[in-house]
Amino acid sequence: MASFFNIQHSKPAPKHSVDPALQPWVEKYRPKTIDDVSAQEHTIAVLQKTLTSTNLPHMLFYGPPGTGKTSTILALSRQLFGPDNFRNRVLELNASDERGISIVREKIKNFARQTPRAQAVASDGKTYPCPPYKIIILDEADSMTQDAQGALRRIMETYARITRFCLVCNYVTRIIEPLASRCSKFRFTPLDSASTSARLSQIATAEHIPLDPSVISTLISISSGDLRRSITYLQSASRLSASTSPPTPITALDIQEIAGVVPDAIIADFARALGVESTTEYMDVDDGQRGVKGFERVKKKVKGLMREGYSASQILSQLHDHLIPHPTVTARQKSECALAFAEADKALCDGADEELWILEVGLRVHKAVSS
Amino acid sequence: MSLWVDQFRPKTLDDLHYHESLSARLKSLAASGDFPHMLFYGPSGAGKKTRISCTLRQLFGTGVEKLKIDQRVFLSPSKRKLEVNIVQSNFHIEITPSEAGNFDRVVIQELLKEIAQTQQVDLNAKQRFKVVIINEADSLSRDAQAALRRTMEKYMSNMRIILCANSTSRLIAPIKSRCLLMRVAAPTSDEMHQVLAHIAKKKKFDLPPEIAQEIIDDSGGNLRKAILVFEALKMQSPDFSGSLTIAKPDWETYCHKVADLIIQEQSPARVMEVRAKFYELLSHCIPPTVILKTVAERVVDRVDEALKPDIMHWAAIYEVRMRQGNKKIYHLEAWVVKVMSIYKHFFYDIDMGAFD
Repeated sequence: MASFFNIQHSKPAPKHSVDPALQPWVEKYRPKTIDDVSAQEHTIAVLQKTLTSTNLPHMLFYGPPGTGKTSTILALSRQLFGPDNFRNRVLELNASDERGISIVREKIKNFARQTPRAQAVASDGKTYPCPPYKIIILDEADSMTQDAQGALRRIMETYARITRFCLVCNYVTRIIEPLASRCSKFRFTPLDSASTSARLSQIATAEHIPLDPSVISTLISISSGDLRRSITYLQSASRLSASTSPPTPITALDIQEIAGVVPDAIIADFARALGVESTTEYMDVDDGQRGVKGFERVKKKVKGLMREGYSASQILSQLHDHLIPHPTVTARQKSECALAFAEADKALCDGADEELWILEVGLRVHKAVSS
Repeated sequence: MSLWVDQFRPKTLDDLHYHESLSARLKSLAASGDFPHMLFYGPSGAGKKTRISCTLRQLFGTGVEKLKIDQRVFLSPSKRKLEVNIVQSNFHIEITPSEAGNFDRVVIQELLKEIAQTQQVDLNAKQRFKVVIINEADSLSRDAQAALRRTMEKYMSNMRIILCANSTSRLIAPIKSRCLLMRVAAPTSDEMHQVLAHIAKKKKFDLPPEIAQEIIDDSGGNLRKAILVFEALKMQSPDFSGSLTIAKPDWETYCHKVADLIIQEQSPARVMEVRAKFYELLSHCIPPTVILKTVAERVVDRVDEALKPDIMHWAAIYEVRMRQGNKKIYHLEAWVVKVMSIYKHFFYDIDMGAFD
């Protein structure tokens, strides 16, 4: 259980500690206390109460990625136990650890049945509540097998006196019902743009990087509520901008390139080839294909897109965003297109060939729009 | 004597011919000491691997070129032995986890933890971390990708991961958001011209531009293929005189033959004939997706405009079914029958509405 925290605390030799400058910002700016957690006011309010009463139920945190689930539970257990007791009171297991049924039966059960050790004296002079139980954090619990989850059921009840479980997952439906009913559920919502932007500017100030408002709004729109993603993108962009000489400021375009977003002009061009006239005027690139109509034109465009190496799912979602609010396409045509998008998305998830499916979507949209 | 593809493979980031901004970016990242996890993606033959090895050299110096090949044995949960080939130097390690099939998660977990928990021992090393290159990352199973998630964050101090994939669609979002994405697009034809001219210059002969154009048109953006074809042509006739034809691979001509068979006649007997040909192709290890795509493209070239979208539609549908299913031949054959029926109905003008 070498978690991020005890790397620092258990190995005092300086050469082993992580140089904070090289740390990913996601780790560096992980909230230290639960008050630091952005948004999620409701959950935080409930957890604050448990902190004062030091009585914790079993918990199930669920919500989309990057909303602070893991951060919250780590911060909470740190506040409960302090750095010295953290090591022997908290067991963190995630999908990178083996979590088959045998691990549940042995490792988790053994840890759960231990009587918590006496509270070590806090070395930093603060007093921590340090309640008489241990916490087992099962991160990414939705990737545990049904059997392993089943094996947890009785363990959770038997040792409830000395052990609390915290399951963290993205999809609550993948947690079996008996487990879910034993926990109090906390839903984490995607971050609103105000708290994302506050957090990003806070990090930017701490890292001394000038940040344009347009960059922040691009980050917010690309990450769609995933704070981790926007922080990672910000860090990558600042790495790139700092490594050129002289350092250039971060632009919205940099962020788009890092995030793998297809430029809007290319999507508009593709849409035009499908017969959807663009509303905003982009530079009209006449590539000599005006004469070629229908199938050949679509096929050629798809080949071009594939050669550029753009990811098919990205093209799909952006084409969808381009098409759905389109003013001149009728509702019926749009719904036909939506059907095509949905089928293609499923196919891509199943690992189908990208070129074939982008072509298929292209042709169906073409047919729908021109009919 | 090595192939031209290997002989003229750029060794440093400065030698790379195209995507200068990408190379400059990689160079500055390598110099900054703050090197992130990376994900290289792009079509095959665009130069992903070349860029990765150049970056490694920039990071660690010439030491990375001393490679050794190891065979490691991992135990699957059911105690089955998995053998995986590993290419490594003192500074990096390269794996193709898809070799382990369904058990790639075990390989990822064991290997990464082992590397992540040991520090760089060589005191002269330029960087404190080791690099793990994962090839064909898009064929990693969901489980294996989930196993990567926390590992990537936790062991950032000892290890960097470079993923190499054809597309990002099959990677789960948490992995993508932890990596710096590097898109390596296929070179444009001008850029390919440059590369071919460079090789010709190094080999001290003249390359007629029309031949170069022909090679480039044939390669479809795949530089590796272009250089291989180029070398083959040079072997054929050293002074590029006479009529040169770019030899198509056998399987491609074979696929075209199948397409022609489908168009010539639509009957149960013909289906049997086509099936024999498909079996032949499959037994020579041509991936079924490639077969389907090549045949479909050829068929589409030779039919009426109105039929083209339908044929591609069914090709897409049957391709997915092929992935989900087990027996590839069923789906290939089903597609052939479908195409034949569409074709025939189109000519005899029967309403197909009820069969969709």
